[in-house]
Amino acid sequence: MSSPSAKVLIMRGLFDENPVFRLALSLCPAVAVTTSLKNGLLLGVAVFCVQVLSSVSASVLKPFINPRIRLPLFVLIVALWVSAVDMILAAYFPAIYAQVGLYVKLIVAFAIILSRMELFASKNPIWPSTLDGIGMGLGFLLAMILTGSLRELVGSGSILGITIIPTKPLLLAVLPAGGFFTIGLIMALFNWIDLMRGKKLSSGGGAHG
Amino acid sequence: MAAEQKQRLTLSFGPHIHYPLGRSTAELMWTVNLALMPALVWAVLIFGWQALALTVSAVLGTTLGEMAMCALTKTRVTLRDGSAVCSGILLAFVIAPGMPLYMPFVGGFLGIVLAKGVFGGLGHNIFNVALIARAIMMATFPVPMTTAWLVPKFGQIVPDGTTMATPLAVLKEHGLDAALALFQQMPDTALGALAPWEKLMLGLRPGCIGEVSVVFILLGAAFLLYKKVIRLYIPLSVIAGTVFMGLFSASPMLHSLAGGLWLGAFFMATDYVTSPITPRGQIVFGLGIGLLTGMIRIWGGYPEGVCYAILLMNIMVPALNEWFPPRRFASRFEEVNA
Repeated sequence: MSSPSAKVLIMRGLFDENPVFRLALSLCPAVAVTTSLKNGLLLGVAVFCVQVLSSVSASVLKPFINPRIRLPLFVLIVALWVSAVDMILAAYFPAIYAQVGLYVKLIVAFAIILSRMELFASKNPIWPSTLDGIGMGLGFLLAMILTGSLRELVGSGSILGITIIPTKPLLLAVLPAGGFFTIGLIMALFNWIDLMRGKKLSSGGGAHG
Repeated sequence: MAAEQKQRLTLSFGPHIHYPLGRSTAELMWTVNLALMPALVWAVLIFGWQALALTVSAVLGTTLGEMAMCALTKTRVTLRDGSAVCSGILLAFVIAPGMPLYMPFVGGFLGIVLAKGVFGGLGHNIFNVALIARAIMMATFPVPMTTAWLVPKFGQIVPDGTTMATPLAVLKEHGLDAALALFQQMPDTALGALAPWEKLMLGLRPGCIGEVSVVFILLGAAFLLYKKVIRLYIPLSVIAGTVFMGLFSASPMLHSLAGGLWLGAFFMATDYVTSPITPRGQIVFGLGIGLLTGMIRIWGGYPEGVCYAILLMNIMVPALNEWFPPRRFASRFEEVNA
């Protein structure tokens, strides 16, 4: 199986199959965490690390994994890396960890990580799997940054805690409902960019989110 | 041949399916707008010009939202059909009269864009646009939305800004006696002192701009019924449901007269796009709204529940249309002969 080029692999995770805006996966933590850019960044970086490490591990270990029990083993691998990342975050960023720590633990159950291991890493060599993990992780990070900065700017009038607009323009944006609105509007933007580029809409996009 | 067929098949959006052909969306919508005027006049009479200014602000917001969405989606500008204006007036009718003027503008704009525009415009919206706009304002400006209730006073041009709680809020927080005592502070008419229920019927109480006066809402509703714009299935079942739930509360009288029930029943729940098409479906829809309204008021966290009850039942409309389909022509005949 010939692997696609590095650029294709990374761009796929960032845009064409962006976990949040295209595949509509992990919406619950995405909505819950992105009330501010800082929180979003933390979860984004955590997911990025776990995704890359898990994809690489799955690809490295695939000769030793019996296909019949591959899914439980994948979950174990994810749990291993999540625990590591969780402890590091708890040790070095205790303040933010107090707010989003719960969702860091929940990364174990993120569909996107397991699906990339199952669909890609378990069938491909190590280097493409790494790139795929980097692409998907960056895609999630991008989603967290976009949603987090938009919601914080519109909802609290600040970015990273620095006040930009003196009032709180639209409190709705930092509420859960506003999170769904924001993600929906960014999904629409992604679809619109595709339309402008003259591409067909991907089947997983928007409407099913 | 092809040209002939093309002429025969005329497709147009929305509401016409409920009622006899030959009536345009614009005609229906402007009739509704006209029917809302008595309640608006009453609001200006007791809350001052602020009520009118807020209404204009909300209509400007919905109008601008409609124009923006039409420009963005490159479709024909649908302002003339009056539906955006209607949403604007209805939005202003369900907000507190003492709010800052820019707020209904923001709410109306976002409501049209998020609840109607992104779904594809009139006829495609799942939720009542005015109520989504209200829900957005409730989430965005929670303090003015729940506290800016002006004290009604005849002939105040510019309100003096004194506020008080609504009867249902007082009932929820301080009990029935406090709620009834509130009516002693309300002005009386030249005819002499009025009982609480008479003040509620006339609209001498703090509340949303368009919801306070049951009499003037009924006047508009009677006009709509006369014009055959709405039918009674939905309003009556909404009222029946709420009154039934009122029996479980401290005061059935306050529950049926002191909230947004009448405005919601006649003008919000009857929205063509977001209500079921068959009478049986409409009755179930209306009862659902009434029961949910009572549940939210009595056991829920909010003093008033009409808005969320209607929005929740809006979600059920596709299912209700499926469960209660129109009876096929001659289907009863088939059953008899089967």
